[in-house]
Amino acid sequence: MQYAVKHIVSLVPVLLGISIITFFMIRLIPGDPAQILLGPRANPETVQRVTERMGLDQPLPNQYLIYMQNLFQGNMGDSIIIQQPVLTLIGERLDVTLFLVIYTTILSVLISVPIAMWSAVRKDSLLDNGFRAASIAGLSMPSFWIGILLMLLLSIKVKLFPVSGYGNTFSEHLRHLFLPALTISFSLTPVLIRPLRTKIITILSAEFVEAARARGIKESQVMIKHVLRNAVLGTVTILGVNVGWLLGGSVIVETVFSVPGLGQLLISSILTRDYPVIQGLVLVFAALVIVVNLLTDILYTILDPRVKLE
Amino acid sequence: MSHIQTTVTKPYPRRVLPDFVRRLPVNAKITLGLMIILLVLLASICAPLLTPYDPVKNDLSQAFQPPGSEHWFGTDNFGRDIFTRMLYAARIDLQIGVFSVITPLLLGSLIGLLSGYFGGWFDSVMMRLVDIVISFPFIVLIIAIISILGTGLFNLYLAIALVGWSAYARIVRAEVLVIKQQEYILAARGMGYGHGRILFRHILPNVISSALVFAMSDVVLCILLGASLSFLGLGVQPPTPEWGAMIAEGRNFIINAWWIATIPGLGIIVTGLGFSLLGDGLAEKIESQ
Repeated sequence: MQYAVKHIVSLVPVLLGISIITFFMIRLIPGDPAQILLGPRANPETVQRVTERMGLDQPLPNQYLIYMQNLFQGNMGDSIIIQQPVLTLIGERLDVTLFLVIYTTILSVLISVPIAMWSAVRKDSLLDNGFRAASIAGLSMPSFWIGILLMLLLSIKVKLFPVSGYGNTFSEHLRHLFLPALTISFSLTPVLIRPLRTKIITILSAEFVEAARARGIKESQVMIKHVLRNAVLGTVTILGVNVGWLLGGSVIVETVFSVPGLGQLLISSILTRDYPVIQGLVLVFAALVIVVNLLTDILYTILDPRVKLE
Repeated sequence: MSHIQTTVTKPYPRRVLPDFVRRLPVNAKITLGLMIILLVLLASICAPLLTPYDPVKNDLSQAFQPPGSEHWFGTDNFGRDIFTRMLYAARIDLQIGVFSVITPLLLGSLIGLLSGYFGGWFDSVMMRLVDIVISFPFIVLIIAIISILGTGLFNLYLAIALVGWSAYARIVRAEVLVIKQQEYILAARGMGYGHGRILFRHILPNVISSALVFAMSDVVLCILLGASLSFLGLGVQPPTPEWGAMIAEGRNFIINAWWIATIPGLGIIVTGLGFSLLGDGLAEKIESQ
């Protein structure tokens, strides 16, 4: 607990930096910020009103303070295209993206842990080399291309999964998001497998594994109880490091499969120049990365009692 | 003099390969990677010789031809030959891969070098900045910057430079922190060499290899990024042939003409594979030394 508080305090400069970057986003676009925030069709009176309300006629530090004040009150401004508060728009879609990200994580772990274990146990075998070659190839494949290919094969040729959307119930979500999650997994698993394999190879030669074997414990038990447990532990850290990669992947894949999440909102907002929404989303994405990193650190201390973070 | 020379050279066997070739740091992965990259590069340069078709001119009478002997990879909705477009696209995608990496490599390495060597306030400021930049998902920050700057190749390079330097700065700084404690650096200092000489003549050659290895995998990432952005409509604009943009254009016809959206992906994969192999091979080579 103490650690969590300390960690959060150490995040303050980073959070401050992120808010400054998102604050300047709109100011850096050539033109009148109020006009940009309201869109090209806004009438002069509204522009004038917003200029005063946001203090756009005041010096920059004051503007930043007003921006921060609004942010703490949960006010990220209004969308230009859809006449709704940005926070509402993001709130409606946050759970879709979170569902997709968690689904992808589970799928990736289910794929990569067995492969990594197999490769580590049969180190330098034909299969190990095959998996390594496959991960190099996997890293070179664009996720949007894999998505289109999976869609073509599994929802157009063989009608196993829906082409797009999110569905209404939990089981529908699982079905609708299976291909998107699998697509992101394709680019995430190579990133996971490589360090995991190295980690498992070190675990396999560790003393406690030798000791367990010496005690006559069955090999399968050794693998599950000692090696797998530690391997999963390793995955948590690797996943934490790669959460930005994972979220970035969701932006592209949501667009391919028309999943109504944050990523799709980001792309559609950019195409319509809906700057308040873009600004809000960039902030939320950065916040997600920071929260996930914090959670993985905390989770790690819970899973591995030896670790004491200070 | 001539007498000594003949006695020295005589016992040596005739060399099949010239010296500089034998000294090249080559293993199977590097060779294969380089061969793939060269092949793609050559094919893109020689595109007009390899194909009789035009990459952008429409020919609606030839639209939606499936892959066959006339059009190897078929034609798209405008009747343009997909193989031809893929060859011309390689010019742009290779350019994206290489140009996107150069500025971050130079800028990031310089910042990492100065940061690690001098420490102090510059180091603190730069490392906080790195922390901030890497808090954003890479592609989200790039997309946000492009939404401000506008689309186009130059803006893409600019956006990648603004974000990408952070990785190089981190890598180089970590190496510098180790190297600057080594005895030969301390000796160089003791001899009264200036900071500039120590930094660029003594430290830089020893830290740059890890940055270069990362740059190879970064090329793959940047090609993927450029293709992804073009796919999303934020990068290279049609009708310019670019692999990601071609896949995006083919998406609408996926049900009846699968080849338009799928085949251009092979260009990205083959090129990516080449750079991945090269990077992997270089990394192994450096580790083994």
